[in-house]
Formats: sequence, C-alpha cells, structure tokens
Amino acid sequence: MESGFILEMKDITKQFPGVTALKNVSLAIQQGEIHAVVGENGAGKSTLMNILSGVYPHGTYTGQIIFENNERVFRDVRDSERIGISIIHQELALSPYLSIGENIFLGNERARRSIINWDKTYSDAKELLDLVGLKENPHVAIKDISVGKQQLVEIAKALSKKVKLLILDEPTASLNEDDSEHLLNLLLNLKKKGLTSILISHKLNEISQVADFITIIRDGEVIETLENDKNVINEDRIIKGMVGRELVDRFPKRTPHIGRVSFEIKDWNVHSPLNPEQQIIKNAEISVHQGEIVGIAGLMGAGRTELAMSVFGRSYGTRISGKLIKDGKELHIKTVRQAIDHKIAYTTEDRKTAGLNLIGDLKQNITIAALGKISSHFVIDNEDEIKVSELYRKKLNIRSLNIYQKAGDLSGGNQQKVVLSRWIFAEPDVLILDEPTRGIDVGAKFEIYTIINQLADEGKSIVFISSELPEILGICDRIYVMSNGKIVGEFPRAEATQEGIMKCIMQSIGGNTNGEY
Amino acid sequence: MENIKYFFKNNIRQYGMLIALIFITIFFQIMTNGILLVPMNVTNLILQNAYVFILAIGMTITILTGGNIDLSVGSVVAFIGAICGTFIITMKLNVGLALFLAIAIGFIIGVWQGFWIAYIRIPAFIVTLAGMLLFRGLTVFMLKGLTINPFPDIFQNISSGFLPDFAKGVFGKYHSTAILMGIAGIVIYIIYQFKRRASQRRNGFDIMSLPLFLAQIVLISAFMLVFSIWLAAYKGLPVIFVIIGVLILAYSFFTNRTVPGRYLYFMGGNEKAARLSGINTNKVLFFAYVNMGVLAAIAGIAYTARLNAASPQSGLNFELDAIAACFIGGASAYGGIGTIIGSIIGALVMGVLNNGMSILGIGSDVQQIVKGLVLLLAVAFDVLSKKKSR
Repeated sequence: MESGFILEMKDITKQFPGVTALKNVSLAIQQGEIHAVVGENGAGKSTLMNILSGVYPHGTYTGQIIFENNERVFRDVRDSERIGISIIHQELALSPYLSIGENIFLGNERARRSIINWDKTYSDAKELLDLVGLKENPHVAIKDISVGKQQLVEIAKALSKKVKLLILDEPTASLNEDDSEHLLNLLLNLKKKGLTSILISHKLNEISQVADFITIIRDGEVIETLENDKNVINEDRIIKGMVGRELVDRFPKRTPHIGRVSFEIKDWNVHSPLNPEQQIIKNAEISVHQGEIVGIAGLMGAGRTELAMSVFGRSYGTRISGKLIKDGKELHIKTVRQAIDHKIAYTTEDRKTAGLNLIGDLKQNITIAALGKISSHFVIDNEDEIKVSELYRKKLNIRSLNIYQKAGDLSGGNQQKVVLSRWIFAEPDVLILDEPTRGIDVGAKFEIYTIINQLADEGKSIVFISSELPEILGICDRIYVMSNGKIVGEFPRAEATQEGIMKCIMQSIGGNTNGEY
Repeated sequence: MENIKYFFKNNIRQYGMLIALIFITIFFQIMTNGILLVPMNVTNLILQNAYVFILAIGMTITILTGGNIDLSVGSVVAFIGAICGTFIITMKLNVGLALFLAIAIGFIIGVWQGFWIAYIRIPAFIVTLAGMLLFRGLTVFMLKGLTINPFPDIFQNISSGFLPDFAKGVFGKYHSTAILMGIAGIVIYIIYQFKRRASQRRNGFDIMSLPLFLAQIVLISAFMLVFSIWLAAYKGLPVIFVIIGVLILAYSFFTNRTVPGRYLYFMGGNEKAARLSGINTNKVLFFAYVNMGVLAAIAGIAYTARLNAASPQSGLNFELDAIAACFIGGASAYGGIGTIIGSIIGALVMGVLNNGMSILGIGSDVQQIVKGLVLLLAVAFDVLSKKKSR
C-alpha cells in the first residue's frame, strides 16, 4: 500500500522500570517534509528517536516501525543507518583530533579492501562540504572549527551515508543566531532536494519558521500534530500544547526594588590562557545594584562567560587586570574560595561538565560550596546536611525521588535547580548566572525565572547571561550588550528591544553580518 | 523505606562483595575441612595481609580523586624497609627514632610525587611509574643488593606481637584482652547505633524498621563477639590488628564525615565543578599522594617487621594487590566512588583466596589466574549491573 508516508511509527509503547516513557505513540512522516517534534524535557522525544534509530533495539518496546512501506526491525543503530535513517545527537559524535574529511567518512571509509583512498576521501568530503555550505578545508582538525561548523560536518557525514530521513536532536542549542539560521536554511535547501527530516528543538521560533508539521508530545503521549502551512502556527500555540494550558506569560511578573550599587567591575582586562598575547576581555565595565537583574546579551564567543569566570576567582584567563568593587570596597580575589567568601557566586553555562558532580547525590551537590555552614572543625553534621538538602529540595521544587538520588539522574531543569540551590545556600550577595535556562523546557524555565526574581527581591544582585534575547528582555532590569570582549551597549529595560540589541551587536562587529563560512 | 532501598541499590557492589566474601570463606572452609577458620589461621590471615589493608586505604584515597593510582607503593615499601634496616641494624639507632624517620621519609616521598602530580599535572600513572623504578633502585643501592637482618624483637613485635593479657585467667584459656576489647567494641557500637537512631527520629528522617534495625545490631555484635573469641583462642589481639583497626576507623570517618573527605569524592566526580565550587583541587590531589606516602611507609614498616629483614626484593607487586583490592571493593576507576570498608573487603577477598588456595596446596600460578579472573569479574559485574539499571 502506497501511503505517501516515508515513515510510520504505530502504537509505540516503551516501558522503563517503574515508568512508561511512551504510551501508544504514533507518528507519520511524509516524504520530503520537515517534521518537528516538541515537548518538555522528559516528555519522551528522545526515547522515541532512540527507538527510531535503533538505540533501543526491537523487542525492548511494543509497536511497529514502517519505513518506506516495509515493517522494519532494528537490532542496533547500524540497522537503521543501513536503510537511510541518520540521527545527529545534541552531543556531537565527532573525533576532535581527526580531520573533517576523516570524520565525515568515519565508519564508512572510502576504501578498497580496507586500504583507505585518501584522495577520494578528501575530494568526496569537499563535495559534501559544498553541499552543506561549509567553506572549510577538509584537512582541518575538528577541534579547530566552531561548534556551528561541527554541526554542519555532522550533517555532511549523514549525507555521505545516503540518508533519507535525518533526525536532528536540538541542533541549534549551542549555536549563535547566525549559525542557527545557516543551519535552518540548509535544512530547507535539503528539503528541496527531497530529504525528509525530523527536528527536535526547544527553540519554538525556529520550529514555526521551518517545520511543515509539528507533533507535540507530553508525558509520553502524542497530544496533537499541527500543520504549519504557511508558517501560521505561532509559539504560544505550541507552548499551549506542550504544557497543556495557556501560558499567559512566559516570564513571571515582578516589580523591581532597586537599591544602591553593590558590585562593580572596572576596566577589566583578560588575556587568553592559551595565547597570552590575545586579549579576550577589553576594558569591560559593569555595575549591578541591589535587587537588580542585569542582563549580558551577546553572541556566542562574545566573551561573556570569560568575563564572568575571570571575575569569579580568576577561574579563566591570564594577565587579568582591573578592579572589583563590592559595597564600595575594592576586592582582591585570586581564588574561587575567596570569591565565595566575598559572597560572589557563579553558576556555569555547562552544568553537566562544570557544574554538577553527576555521580554524587543531590545532597552533596547542594552543600559543596558552603560545607563550612554545616560543619564544625571540618566534621560535617550529617543531620544538618540532610535538613538543608530537604529544605532546598522543597523550596526550589526539585523533582527527585529523594535527596540521595544522583544528580546525573535528574532532568536538565531539575539539575539547574540543584546548581541554584548550591549557590543560594552559599548566601551570596552577587549571583552571576551563565545561561541558566539552556536546554531546559518551558515549564522549568518559568520556575527558574521565578527563583531568580525571588533572589532579586531579597536584595541580591543578579547578573544574567543569556543567548536568548527574549528571556533577557523578559526578566532583566538593565541590559549590557557584549561583543568581541567589549561592552558595546547598555539599555534600560524600557528602551531595550530585540532589534536594538542585535543592531548594537552588528554595528560593533562592523557590518560583517552575513555570517561568513 | 524507599530511601533504604535506594541506598542498597546504589551500594550493590559493596554488599555484593561482602556476600561474595562470605561465600568464598564458606567454600574454602568446606574445602579445607575447617582449617581456614581455625583461630590460628584467622590470626595469620590478618598478619599476612596487614600491608595490603594499609596500602588499600591510601590507594582508595588516591583513586577517589579521579582514578589516580600509585604504582610506586611496592618500591616504597622496600625502600622504607631498607631505611629501617640501615637505621636500626647497621646504624643501631633507637627504634622509636628510626620509625619516626621512616614515616617522615614516607611523607617526603609523598610530597615529591604529589608535587609532580598535583602541581605540574603529570599523570599519576607516569609519576608513580617513575617512582616505582626510582625507589626500587634506591633500595638496591642502599642495601648494596643484600638482605640485612635480623631486627630487634621490639621492631618485630609491630607485626608479630600481641597485646599482653591484662587479666590473665578470667576467661579460662582464652586471652582476656581480646575478649574485653571485643565486648567494649560491641557496647560502643550499640550505643552509637541507638543514639543515631534517636537523633534520626528526632529530626523526622526515615529510619530502618525496628526488626531490621535489631537484626542488624544482633548480627554485627555476634560477629564481633565471635571474632574476638577467635582471636582470644589463639594468642589474643595482634598489635598490627589494632593499628589497622585504628586506621580503618580514622579513614572511614575522614572520608565519610569530614569536609576534606567530601572534597575527595566531589573532585573525583567532577573536577571542574569542584574547582568552580571553591575547592582547591591541586591541594586535594597533593594531599592524597602525601597521605599515600605516609601509609606506604607504615606498610613498609609493618611488612619489614613481619619479614624480619630488609630485602631489596621485598614489596614486589604490592601496588597491584592494593589497586586490585580497591577495585574489587567497589571503587570506580574514574574516581568519585569507593569506600575504605569496600577496599578492605576487597583485600579480604584476595587474602582469603590466597590463603585458602595455599592451604589446599594450589600453586602460585593457579592462584594468580584465579585472582586475575576475580578482579575482572568483580568489576564486570558492577559495570553490567549498572548498565541494566539504566
């Protein structure tokens, strides 16, 4: 029977011990469309894609997979790749020290009798790079190109395997706006050439921009599939489906009570630790008031994280100069410990690799930065620790079995709440939050914003770093714009617009706005 | 109750190894017609393996920091033996002073290796591999390739002496000190458990059900009682047993309850996160190796005293015994997971295997094959059970 569908997944049910991750999920994808799958973290998107790509082999779930009108049984990922299904995971699967060309044909070498034909490897690689619009020499090592370009290499790799159905899991999560746009345009181009793709993303604006159909999954069930003909589906409509209610406001309301200046960074200069000649931060000046949320907007690589980390006990950079002034007094901070002792906190943008001890339990992760508060003579009071952890688990609504659960077992939003708990417990006056909502779902984002608002209302000074302009505009009282290591603009909330900020960034770059590849 | 189940699930390797230890013991008890657990052999098991216990404690700490092992401890044991031999036998130094100097030298060795590992950030594997060669070479150099002996009795007593019988005859032919210490231990244990339970209840935490709690107390008390009677039936409490006991308690407390102990685990779990939480990870790593140096010196003293000789060949492969004990006992090869008690259980598994097979007259070739497979299977079991629970 010809159905016009390249893929049909029928009545897929997947059980994990104690939970049903997917309940009778059915998904039909038409030949040549871009089909978005959205849902909150933990809704079951990744599980569904893992079934489709053979990560969870046949037999571990119930239901049917019909691809090109034949029922398919995948024992592993190779089975699904063989018939033309490729998945690109959020964490890229490239080998950093191998070249672009080697990576593209990894596991699929241009070889005869196991002898690799390097000329063919690199000429074929070049063709594929042209196809994805990446102007880069295929001999260059992966570690030397940006994440955005690496993403394109992944796509080239999939194309080299004669992919018919491409699955992209959060492809733009770590890309800046230019790179994201390039990637989305590429998807549209490939669609014209007949490629079908499934796009998983939290960035709803991108979805409404490129997707033909949008399937919304909530709690392991398909809620609805929307047709996005002529891109009429707006973000609010999608969010409504995802959270099951109309989210009237994506940002909690707050009336700021701004006090005196509490923290100032003056004439701050930082050089790269890898190349001390290269200046990463140039004469940055920032001030925060009590009870104020100050945003730092900018593109990826603008130096925001580097600024924050260099301030936080010189955790980044060499040849650091400049002044830190807190409550009118100059601070001399050389270590993270000193920064914490001076009531400064920093939450990293990368909670998995630099924020949490994933194999440690909740309790340990919450108390680690302020163990002094629950110990005497270096001996930890176990009961105090349990009480403190329970308190924060309740206060921040961390969804976990108990405080003994491993941090690595929690969802992204809950992990972020654990990180926030740690720093709130350390009782800082100044909190620098670096991308605190990255990769977490809409509902959890709202909770994080609420927590941040509460902190500000308690009189703490918040520095909020984010690449998502809407959220910066949504919760900040004042916004700095950073570009190329410099503060290039400052907007009070009332005057800030997305266009204004982007314009400010583009002017500082000097008109080079078309994203060179 | 949920919490307790969760706790067990997460400590499956340790409990698994304890159960395995019990089975291995029963197996050899039957195979050797009861020789394995006769009082004399139980005492011997402790004396024979004293050095492994001590090294395993130090090795657990270095492994916790991030899977860092110390390959040099076997050579350091030999080197400390040479130091003791030279000071005590050749130079006729006061034994107390010699011991102090030996431990001080262990400390300096730790500082030396810790410096390269923690501050210059040369992988521990390489620094301690160099140390393995270096200290073996120094040992042979100091001893000019010869074995020197014998040591005075007081030095030998560290590893082969027993605590005196303070109340001779009170328990008939049983050694009174061992039994009294056993009873004291049980009383302290019971009081501690009840106090803890009371405070848990006061704070409204989840507590074990009463029958389970009592069963645990009875079981452990009974074990302690039987064990002390067993020791008492032979020569009483070995001096080295007391030393090891104190080390186990002190280091278990250190790793479980203190701030630096927590740093070890956190650093092993995620060093970057540890640094961004204000932990000076260089210092923690440095400390781990200084500590290892000191414990290797103590193990060196204990082993030399037992051998009653300083030999250029002593301590061969000790590092491997200690590392194997840690991994069998549940330590993660990547750091952040592992306990002192677990490693001690691991050392006991190896010790009982060695001892049981020796009694059966099985050659050292087969013993090595068996031990190698046990190490592999223990870790494989852990890896597979984790995969399954995912």
